[in-house]
Amino acid sequence: MKGRIHSIESCGTVDGPGLRYIVFLQGCSLRCAYCHNPDTWKLNGGSEMSVDELIAEAKAYLPYMQFSNGGVTLSGGEPLLQPDFVLEFFKKCKEVGIHTTIDTSGSVKPVNLDEILEVTDLVLLDVKHINEEKHKGITGMSNRNTLNFAKLLDEKGIPMWVRHVLVPGLSDDPKDLNELGDFISTLSNVEKVEVLPYHKMGEYKWEQLGLENTLTHLEPPNQEKVDLAYNLLTKSLNKNKPQLA
Amino acid sequence: MEALKARKEAWEGFNTGEWNEKIDVRDFINKNWDPYTGDDTFLAGPTETTKELWDQVLQLMKKERENGGVLDVDTKTISTITSHAPGYIEKDKEQIVGLQTDAPLKRSIQPTGGIRMMASGCEAYGFKLDPEIEKIYTDYRKTHNQGVFDAYTSEMLAARKAGIITGLPDAYGRGRIIGDYRRVALYGVDRLIEDKKQVKKSLEKGAITEEVIRDREEVSEQIRSLQELKQMAASYGYDISEPATTAKEAFQWLYFGYLAAIKEQNGAAMSLGRVSTFLDIYIERDIKTGILTEEDAQQIVDHFVMKLRLVKFLRTPDYDELFSGDPTWVTESIGGMSLDGRPLVTKNSFRFLYTLVNLGPAPEPNLTVLWSTGLPDGFKKFCSKMSIETSSIQYENDDIMRKDYGDDYGIACCVSAMRIGKQMQFFGARANLAKALLYTINGGVDEKLKMQVGPKFAPITSEYLDYDEVVEKFEEVQDWLAELYINSLNVIHFMHDKYSYERIEMALHDQEVLRTMACGIAGLSVVSDALSAIKYAKVKVIRDEDGIATDFEIEGDFPKYGNDDARADEIASHIVTNFMNKLRQHPTYRNSLHTQSVLTITSNVVYGKKTGNTPDGRKAGEPFAPGANPMHGRDQKGALASLNSIAKIPYEDCQDGISCTFSIVPKALGKDEESRVNNLSAILDGYASQTGHHINVNVFDREQLMDAMEHPEKYPQLTIRVSGYAVNFIKLTREQQIDVINRTFHESM
Repeated sequence: MKGRIHSIESCGTVDGPGLRYIVFLQGCSLRCAYCHNPDTWKLNGGSEMSVDELIAEAKAYLPYMQFSNGGVTLSGGEPLLQPDFVLEFFKKCKEVGIHTTIDTSGSVKPVNLDEILEVTDLVLLDVKHINEEKHKGITGMSNRNTLNFAKLLDEKGIPMWVRHVLVPGLSDDPKDLNELGDFISTLSNVEKVEVLPYHKMGEYKWEQLGLENTLTHLEPPNQEKVDLAYNLLTKSLNKNKPQLA
Repeated sequence: MEALKARKEAWEGFNTGEWNEKIDVRDFINKNWDPYTGDDTFLAGPTETTKELWDQVLQLMKKERENGGVLDVDTKTISTITSHAPGYIEKDKEQIVGLQTDAPLKRSIQPTGGIRMMASGCEAYGFKLDPEIEKIYTDYRKTHNQGVFDAYTSEMLAARKAGIITGLPDAYGRGRIIGDYRRVALYGVDRLIEDKKQVKKSLEKGAITEEVIRDREEVSEQIRSLQELKQMAASYGYDISEPATTAKEAFQWLYFGYLAAIKEQNGAAMSLGRVSTFLDIYIERDIKTGILTEEDAQQIVDHFVMKLRLVKFLRTPDYDELFSGDPTWVTESIGGMSLDGRPLVTKNSFRFLYTLVNLGPAPEPNLTVLWSTGLPDGFKKFCSKMSIETSSIQYENDDIMRKDYGDDYGIACCVSAMRIGKQMQFFGARANLAKALLYTINGGVDEKLKMQVGPKFAPITSEYLDYDEVVEKFEEVQDWLAELYINSLNVIHFMHDKYSYERIEMALHDQEVLRTMACGIAGLSVVSDALSAIKYAKVKVIRDEDGIATDFEIEGDFPKYGNDDARADEIASHIVTNFMNKLRQHPTYRNSLHTQSVLTITSNVVYGKKTGNTPDGRKAGEPFAPGANPMHGRDQKGALASLNSIAKIPYEDCQDGISCTFSIVPKALGKDEESRVNNLSAILDGYASQTGHHINVNVFDREQLMDAMEHPEKYPQLTIRVSGYAVNFIKLTREQQIDVINRTFHESM
């Protein structure tokens, strides 16, 4: 079983708990206007690696994972576009006791999703927007799959971290954030909510790829806006679960 | 009888053991230390006196910088243990007293290593060495430097000029010898003299051979130096004939021992050893009897460390190019585990590290944590926190060193482990293997000097480099180089013993000492990648009109060292083991044990300057990677992949240490302080359990360094770890600063 890999980061510290071996899978069906990794979009880019090769590599970091309660994270691109590979890899991870995390937008629903979730310890679910139309405006697709994905995780009791990229003018309207906060509060398995402020570090990639970047005029939101968004997203959540930071 | 009584009183309250009968500091520690497994909440901040004193030191350091790097030189006095009148910062405020000369930051003349180094050192900073001293050490009294050059062969001179062997201690003190300064505190000097007199007596029977004569002369010198040590202490008003009776005395006695060493030897590295846990035993005793508080204890530590920060030697700009930033390597080894599995961590381990907060970050003393996965969690977290805040700590793997060196070893200089008082080394700098690879291609002709340096090997003449041919011919060149290298070191250390013997440091050793011949290699990652390129891609040679390879074109991709890729990493490990085996074949001075390090200090920049284009794609003049690091920017799978590659280098063939310099931006360690501390601690645990040997930890943003380059005045204490030591960033040469900034900063988020 082979997968298309964009790149590997052996020392991930923010995509899941502890130290993580992060595999960025190639290919994404969304076209987010603010994407900082547009080089992962093309389905046929990257290079091929087999599950066995990848698991052998990941195992070289076991001590780091064990000392930090870390593990592996499949990110992308959209990892669920290669569902067979994800399933195979996670199964092998579980065999050697590695904690598994998937970083997804939940926008695709592969047929083997139930099986994948059986071997998934944590989902980082990136909710681009709560409003369907605005979601389409940002990504080109509806958010129905994403919201259903969240509900599925809730039913299955799989822990998740909800992430929201805060882009001035696109995804920072307090009304929308409030609504997203309400949605989050209906879920019982949210361990963490993360507001990711839009940044410009991926801009050079747009240029390199010859893509038209419509957001070059934007500046990252300030800390105050980030804090406000965080409070809105976690407002009702905090009522239910006061232990959440 | 008087003496016995004094000793008994001084040792009141300590558990007894073999240490009472013979000189055995390890046994004393083993019977008496109290492992501390808690956190850092007990620590005390600086006292008013500490702050006032440190302020004065900072002012002096500022003046020193403004004065071009040297504040003052006593150009008229030959420095010995007793040569200078007592010196103080401000006598009434100092808990621990003693300076190298009669004033802080006034450097001394120590000519036995080499008089030219002293003369040009003076000149470079606007001073003039007393002509009388220059005359004495030119016309009447030979120096180590003169001796070496009398005996160097023509090939050694050529190799030195070409820079295939560089940084040799042939013009300055070799250093890297750690006296067991703790003995002064535990036993008092009289007992140590008695012991050495016994040794001398034992050398009276049988044939008086050259070796015995040498030993007798050395012991006599040792005894004399101990007597001078007493005199020097007396000039400060202390009688150190008998053991220290309090913690404050123990610090003071120990420091006098160290001070005697640095008054007489300007060795490249003048390391302190492993003193903090030893001294904790005295502090604990005083706290129990109520004569000391935590605040007092911290104050003594702060003042002691302040003294260590004031250690200075007169150096030349040439020397500074190799070892940039005025380092002294006052290395103190902290922590580690005992052989029976208890942590050698005490509250004093915390106090020493906490000087980085109380006095602010600083490169010296070179704080070295002996890391074990078994260290208490509270200490691990504290170390990580201090590293993140100050970038001033290096870590070395106690779990692999303890097996070879026991539980009372210390680090000399950067990465060299040695049993304290039982082992020393002959420092041997390093051979440039990248250049050796070019000699392989060019038949022993130096690519920069265009002269025949090695024997006339058959050059490689093909358009594309053939892996098997290169490897085979590289063997021959390394055979030649290994022999030449050991021979050169034999000359150097014969002469150093003869003309610049470290009598006080050796007086604080046992008579039976294990000596190592500490060789080293530079350019490991260059050679590994070059061989990998030749093996896995196609490397075309560009030659000049004389047929000398001057450049290389690489066609295709190849695995690179630093990505946890076995194909490249096996080449690196093989280079190390292979060269070590070659070194082992040549006899050494005083039958010393062959060892080797992969450590460049900051000489990676100079080596790069002296080496032409290499087949890995590195351009002529570009710095090598420091120590065992992958080449800048070639490690593309993140920090841990890079560490895994380095950790594979076999320590058994690199017993003098494998240096890794690790730089990471704060954000890449985690989102908040707690996760950063936890993650760094896990990185250190993971690296240790993968048998990685050494790691410098830097945590900062590149932008901060760039700002410090432009506005040095804003960053007087900004400290960074380079290869095996720490420096004030603003004291690095501009070239070195740029090298540091260009290095891989792990920053993926």
